[in-house]
This record gives sequence, C-alpha cells and structure tokens, in this order.
Amino acid sequence: MTDFAIDTPRSQSRTLRIGLRWLLYVILGLFALYYLLPLFVMITTSLKSLEEIRTGDLMALPREVTFDAWRTAWSKACTGIQCNGVKPYFWNSVLIAVPAVLISTLLGAMNGYVVAHWKFKGANIFFALMLFGCFIPFQVVLLPMARVLGFMGIAGTIPGLIFVHVIYGLGFTTLFFRNYYVTIPAELSKAAKVDGAGFFRIFWSIFLPLSLPIIVVSVIWQFTQIWNDFLFGVSFSQSGTQPITVALNNIVNSTTGVKEYNVDMAAAIIAALPTLLVYVVAGKYFIRGLTAGSVKG
Amino acid sequence: MSKWLEEHLPKVVLAPSFIAVLVFVYGFIIWTAWVSLTRSKLLPKYDIEGFIQYDRLFAAPRWDVAMNNLFIFGTLFIAISMVLGLMLAILLDQNIRTEGAIRTIYLYPMALSMIVTGTAWKWILNPGLGLEATVQGWGFETFTFNWLVDPDKAIYTIVLAAIWQSSGFVMALFLAGLRSVDTEIIRAAQVDGIPTWRVYTAIIIPSMAPIFLSAFIVLAHLAIKSFDLVIALTGGGPGFATDLPATYMYAMAFSRGDIGQAASSAMIMMGVVFTIVVPYLYSELRAKND
Repeated sequence: MTDFAIDTPRSQSRTLRIGLRWLLYVILGLFALYYLLPLFVMITTSLKSLEEIRTGDLMALPREVTFDAWRTAWSKACTGIQCNGVKPYFWNSVLIAVPAVLISTLLGAMNGYVVAHWKFKGANIFFALMLFGCFIPFQVVLLPMARVLGFMGIAGTIPGLIFVHVIYGLGFTTLFFRNYYVTIPAELSKAAKVDGAGFFRIFWSIFLPLSLPIIVVSVIWQFTQIWNDFLFGVSFSQSGTQPITVALNNIVNSTTGVKEYNVDMAAAIIAALPTLLVYVVAGKYFIRGLTAGSVKG
Repeated sequence: MSKWLEEHLPKVVLAPSFIAVLVFVYGFIIWTAWVSLTRSKLLPKYDIEGFIQYDRLFAAPRWDVAMNNLFIFGTLFIAISMVLGLMLAILLDQNIRTEGAIRTIYLYPMALSMIVTGTAWKWILNPGLGLEATVQGWGFETFTFNWLVDPDKAIYTIVLAAIWQSSGFVMALFLAGLRSVDTEIIRAAQVDGIPTWRVYTAIIIPSMAPIFLSAFIVLAHLAIKSFDLVIALTGGGPGFATDLPATYMYAMAFSRGDIGQAASSAMIMMGVVFTIVVPYLYSELRAKND
C-alpha cells in the first residue's frame, strides 16, 4: 500500500508512467472497438450480397460492395404481407414525430413557465404529479389508452399516436423547461409585470428569446424518444400506420421466404439514421437531455 | 371578465396539461388497478372479485420465468453497467487527448432504438453465421456460441446487448460527477503524496454517492421497462425462456386476450417501479424545497 511513484527511482517511474499511459490508451481503444463493432457489422453486412454472407466472415469487409440490399430495404422488403420496404413507415414516423415533438415542447415550455414564475397554490403539487408521471411503466396505461383511442375514433391512426406521444412526453418537457426557467431571476418577470406586461407578453419577449438551448434539448429528447418508440407504436397502430421501429421488427422477424440478413441490416441502419444524425450534430444537447432526466438541475 | 382571466391565466394555461395528466396517468392507473381485481378476460368487466387475477398470475409458470428473468437481467445489467461505466469514466478522466471522440463513440448506442440494437446483436449472435462462425473460421473449430437459441443462456444475450446500449450513458453520468468533485481537495491530496488510486477510492468515489443513486434509478427503470430489446433479439424465446414482465403483459393484453392478467401484471410492474422511484423522487423534491 505504499506509494510506488515516490519509492522507485525517477527513471524507472518514468518508464512505468509511459507504460501505464500506453496501457490506458489500449484499454480505451479496445472498448471503442467493442462499441463500434455492431455498427461496423451492420454497415458491412448491408453492403454484401447474400451469397457472400453465407460463405464469408461476419467481420470481413465486403469483397464486392453492392447497394442492392439498401434498395430492397427502402422500397421492396416485406413486412408481413406487404412488400413496400421501410419507406412508407419511415414517413409515418416523420409524420408522428414532428407534430408530437412540437406540441409537447410548446406545452412543456408554457407549463414550465407557469410552474417556475407564476407560482400559485397547488403549482408544486402539479409539478410533483407530473414528475411521478414520467416514471410510470407505460404498460399500466396501455389497456385503458387502447379503449380511449377507440372511443375518440383515432385508434390505429397517426393522430392517435401523436396524441399518445404528446401526453406521455409532457412530463419530461415540463421538467426541462421548469428546471431551466427557475434559473432565470424572478426580478426580471416582476419588473416586466410592474411595467404592465401581461402573461403572454412576458413569455414571448423575455423568456422565449432566452430559451433556445432548452428548446434544443427538449426537441432532441422528444424526437429521440418518439422516433425510437416501439411499445406505443406496436400497441396503437394498424397495418399502414406503423412507425419504422415496428416495420423493422416485422421485416427482421418475418418468417416467410429466405432470410435476407443484408436487407435486415440496411433497414436497421435506415431506422437508426435520423437519431444518429441528431446525436452526431447535437450530441451535447442530447447528453444534457439524458442527464436532466436523471440528475437534478 | 378580462380581469378574472388576467388573474387566472396561469391556471388556465396549465389546466389542459393538468387534466391530461390526471386522466391519462392517474385515472388510467386506477382503471388498470380496478380491472386487475375483476374477472376480465377478452373484454373488461367491472365487478370487483378480489385478488383472483393475482392468484392466477403468481401460479402461472410463465410469470415465474418472467420475474426470475427480470431478477437475473436487472441485477447483471445494473451491476455490470455501473462498474463498466465507472471504470470507463475514471480512465477517460486521465487527461486523454482524444476524449471527445472516445466519449462520442461510447455513447452513441444510447441514440439508437432498442429494436435496432436487438436486430444488430441478433445478427452478431446468429449461431450459424455470426460470431460463432467467425471464431471457428479463425481455426477454433470446436468453438460454440449459441446462447441465442439456448433456453438457459438466452437471457444473457439480452444482458449483453442492454449493457452495450446503456453503459456509455452511465459513463457520461459518472464523468460529469468526476468533473464536479472539488479540485482543491484532489490537489491537496496529491501534494500530500497520496497515490492516485487512493484519491479515487477514499475521496472522489465516496463523494459521488448521489450519482450512483441516479445511475441506479435510471438503470433499474430501464430494466423493468425492457420490452423492445427482448422482442427484437429473442422474441421472448426460445419458448418463454426470455420473457420479462413487460413482454408477458403485452402477450396477455394483445395476443392472448386476457385483460385481467395483463392488468395485474402491469400493476406488479408499477409496484416494482414505485418502490424504487418514489423514495428517490420524494427525497429529491424535499431537498429542492429545503
């Protein structure tokens, strides 16, 4: 338990330090390979022909690059009985995600603004109720939601899925904006009130211009959640309105015909591209959203 | 009228969300709890009959498998992700020149859908053409790796894929925690000649207790809700070998037409989540108000 760095001669400790440094980089590099391996395998497999997949090696680069699997995945692969590829489902996901993200972010911003700066009796209870709502396992609302969507006449439709995603996204968006707005000094809104500015005016001209970072966090969080959602998608859609995650699962697990692993991988990459793109472009905000949900502040 | 509106505008703005949460979260929980106490089968019934659904649930071998799997999966997933995340965070905290790039690589799986993750790992773990064939091709002819189709081992493939997806996130949490430790104390310890590993075990790691708790809560929550990954990777199989409570609930609700079982299993899931999350949220909210 003694300190080797001081006990050993200087030169030896120097070699040791360099050695450790190398070891450190090797370990970090190995883990990088571990995280990259599935992506590498997905990409290379999607560029191989079925023939090459059957005879070749999982880890090998394609001998002959072909984009056939990508074309099939996009417009010809079969999800059950329909064979239109993932294209229609990709657009379904866009049609679901875009309005749901915008509506839940807007509502979350208004809620956060009220809870943080227009405190009234019960505002904290509202916030607590909302926060607990973030953590429920969605299985507990699946059955009644299926009935209510039917009752509202939007079961199995895209508006139905938008509705569901807005409702269950509200907790997080409210949390993001509330936690952001409490850091804005109350004097600012008080001074504006004294000057006669109203509720919406203060929101519009003081809070909104300051909100860009948290809007980005909220939009990215919601987009990732909704795009990657499977549970709501598979429970509340029907043939034709399924989001891409459901379509991908149907393609991969369809039992008819020859298993086309290259098409599966191409479809998986297509399904992953939008959120990966968001992550690469705005990773900082993505991480902020992730940690805001788990660490206070 | 306009004066009333002006005064109550904040409440009016909050009202739709408030009502939505009351109905669609709390109302729905009550509905599910109610139905779990009835003899509902294909259609919900509303006459309370007591705990018959729970009796059936606890007597069902398939539910037993699901709960056992949740225990195995949850324990391994949480423990390994935490150890791995902490280790990677500490290694990355040593003034690594390419830290940004490495962090990006470690964390990208978190941006993927579990369905994509499941699809990728299903292919890698494919017994005939995946990793097994590759290693055999390297000359290890007798190497077998068929966990995916082995009922006793399949649950570990889910652990493997889930760790791959989430450990980078745990790393990011811990790294943020390491960076927020007071650097004065660390420097003082270093001046005193205390070796680095002692600085970590005696000063830095203990001061990160709240982050351990946060990471645990997030991971436990992910584990209990795990559904997509099982569906994409094993489909709950072979047989029911990799069923989790979430897949059991879904099967009862949407393919078996057994609403009573679906409702009671959902309530058990919620019970598990709440025993973990409620004390945590309660202490968080209290700490904020103090």
